[in-house]
Amino acid sequence: MHSRRISYNKIVAMNVACQFDTLPERAETQRGLIAVAMSGGVDSSAVAALLQQQGRSVVGLTMQLWNQRRLPELQADGPVQHRCCSLDDVYDAKAVAQHLNFPHYVVNFEKQFEARIVRPFVDQYLAGRTPIACTNCNTEVKFEPLLRMARQIGAERLATGHYARIRKNDDTGRWELLRARDETKDQSYFLWGLSQEQLSRSDFPLGELTKEEVRALARRAKLPVAEKPESMELCFVPTGNYVQFIQAYSQERGTPLQNREGEIVNQTGDVIGRHHGVHNFTIGQRKGLGFAAGKPLYVLSIDPEKNRVVVGEDDVLRKTACEVEGVNWISCNTPSAPLRAFAKIRHKHEPAPATIEPLDAGIVRLNFDTPQRAITPGQAAVLYHGNLVLGGGWLR
Amino acid sequence: MNRVYLDYNATTPVEPDVLDAMLPYFSGEFGNAASIHTPGQRARGAVETAREQVAALIGARPQEIVFTSGGTESDNHAIFGIVNPLVSGPFPNLDKNDDGPPQRHVLSQHKHIITTALEHEAVLNACQALEKDGVAVTYLSVDRDGRVAPDAVRRAIQTGRSDPNSFPSHVPPATSLITIMHANNELGTIQPLEEIGRIANEADIYFHTDAVQSAGKIPIDVNELQVDLLSVSGHKLYAPKGIGALYIRGGTRLRQLLYGGHHQRGFRPGTENVAGIVGLGKAAEIARLSLAEDAQRVSTLRDKLQQGLLQRVPQSRVNGGAAPRTPNTTNLVFPGIEGEALLIALDLKGLACSTGAACSSGAVEPSHVLTAIGLPPEEARASLRFSLGRHTTSADIDFALSVVPAAIAQLRELSPTYQKAVAHE
Repeated sequence: MHSRRISYNKIVAMNVACQFDTLPERAETQRGLIAVAMSGGVDSSAVAALLQQQGRSVVGLTMQLWNQRRLPELQADGPVQHRCCSLDDVYDAKAVAQHLNFPHYVVNFEKQFEARIVRPFVDQYLAGRTPIACTNCNTEVKFEPLLRMARQIGAERLATGHYARIRKNDDTGRWELLRARDETKDQSYFLWGLSQEQLSRSDFPLGELTKEEVRALARRAKLPVAEKPESMELCFVPTGNYVQFIQAYSQERGTPLQNREGEIVNQTGDVIGRHHGVHNFTIGQRKGLGFAAGKPLYVLSIDPEKNRVVVGEDDVLRKTACEVEGVNWISCNTPSAPLRAFAKIRHKHEPAPATIEPLDAGIVRLNFDTPQRAITPGQAAVLYHGNLVLGGGWLR
Repeated sequence: MNRVYLDYNATTPVEPDVLDAMLPYFSGEFGNAASIHTPGQRARGAVETAREQVAALIGARPQEIVFTSGGTESDNHAIFGIVNPLVSGPFPNLDKNDDGPPQRHVLSQHKHIITTALEHEAVLNACQALEKDGVAVTYLSVDRDGRVAPDAVRRAIQTGRSDPNSFPSHVPPATSLITIMHANNELGTIQPLEEIGRIANEADIYFHTDAVQSAGKIPIDVNELQVDLLSVSGHKLYAPKGIGALYIRGGTRLRQLLYGGHHQRGFRPGTENVAGIVGLGKAAEIARLSLAEDAQRVSTLRDKLQQGLLQRVPQSRVNGGAAPRTPNTTNLVFPGIEGEALLIALDLKGLACSTGAACSSGAVEPSHVLTAIGLPPEEARASLRFSLGRHTTSADIDFALSVVPAAIAQLRELSPTYQKAVAHE
């Protein structure tokens, strides 16, 4: 397979005044033992098979993150199958470990998951934002307590089924995050929050493979999950219905959502309709506005203070500038001068060229060359130079 | 890899002599113990021998033993058999030892159960199911060593007598059942059953005990303990999984849990698991004969392990150490670690032990037992149980003493909370 150490010096130097820290050498613990975060899906199962084929000693860890028996009203549509955190997936992961004959453990992170992922997710929606849970789950659960546990049990690194690449820049001494070779599967958009320490302890063996190659690998290894369909929904909302989840969760928390009705206004502030709570809306949304208009109208912005949803036509939805907070520079030091990069503002967005202007600590302004549609607070902006992830942050 | 097993409270290996006794009953002696013909009679004979062997272990009469599928069924049978959740049932404290038809019936909301906060889930969840049907349940708290106070049992008893002066007359709940485990699975703590049994007997209330963790480890005499019902599990005493027994004191009015044929005098229908029953009988016999010697040897090894860990691991403490315990169990808290991670780290080094109770997915959930003895959640999660058995050797203990302290040191080094706490001191 590909070496993690690739000599690399051209790209970043361009217009980023990067002064790279040097990392202390990694302490090699129980050389060879590697932990694999196994969701029970085909990708992470293939990782386990691949590492084993490379002669690594593998231990599988499956996180128990959310009790599916909670909020039973969300399961009215019959058994939900093949969703992360469901018992079926845990059994699938166990079946793969048994098939490949390596130790596997289910580890409980329900408390951390609820505190760090589920509660903020719901709070953000109620504050009129459109959060992404997967980014925080990576930064604050997978590559935090799970990675720590992997190291505590003697593994030197944690491997996951993410489609992305990590490499060490020998010139700068820095660990860099790159897009996956399979651009259609690339998940670097969800990984920009990782620290140097986290990257140095992580392994993404699928970064150089296409999804088809991964399936083929799984079939060759006769993995019981080789033909398992992919899960597309957020793991703790298996129905995909966020609004229903937010209501049920708020109810369970003892803060039921009551009377969150508010006004739908146009850009000049005229009231043109009413809504049942800002958590029902996301920027750029057209459906579900509850009224018919001559020209198609879209959600332009959400004002949680006034409990208002502002709507307008498509051309107003496009904006040239936005601010990003909580910025993490992965592959370089914090720049002091403006730089050019491609910015991706949601998972399915084609990265657009922009000038990145550093403001205060952890805050940058993006000035796009051309207006971008539906820049949505709560989503991430990830900055690329070619395949290299420079960093990312939260749209505000 | 060298593997050392210190999780005998979870399950035990089938003793070779037990297996030998069972083997003929799979193919050669395959008869149905309910059949009239000779093969059936031979199977019946084996079942009845086993019944005597199990009865002898606990000082019961053979006809008071009913074979079940295991501890969980025995517990459920005892609880649901005494406290009928559906509509009505006999007043047990009037009907006890009375073979005639029940004289009075009471509604479920007038029934009451006394149990403790650290029972096994087979008891706790059965009681919770009855609560949903209106039965009142008192979950007695325990002290920091996991012991329940007999006086607390006495105080919790409800007579069901209404106050003659009150109008309209109100029928308060009457205690139908006291169910308190003999020895706790996580701590090894032994409850003062003699005193509780006396209290139950004086109040004329049925008394059940889950003796799954004590049978074969410490002497049991159902008459000394004054219990009416007692659960035993085969695989905790070197018999196979899937076989257990329920002691039912003669004269106890117990509803059946399962409906079917007339096997086991109607108490427990279903074709008898002859091989399993033979195994349980043989295991009970071996346990009865070797109990004193085993207890002596195992407790010496347990104490060596416990002392060794206390000496080698800074800040470690024993949970429930001040109470009388089963000779094979010790539960220690190692502040600053996650028991889950320690369990995995030790397993990867070849040492099997346990923390908390496993849930359906296999993930570890905080132990309700450790919470019940007042441990804060972080200490409950930092606790580990070692349970020894008949085959544990001194070398096993030496192995544990070599790997556990090192694993804890590694965990603590990578634990931000522990490092912070150390820096603070």
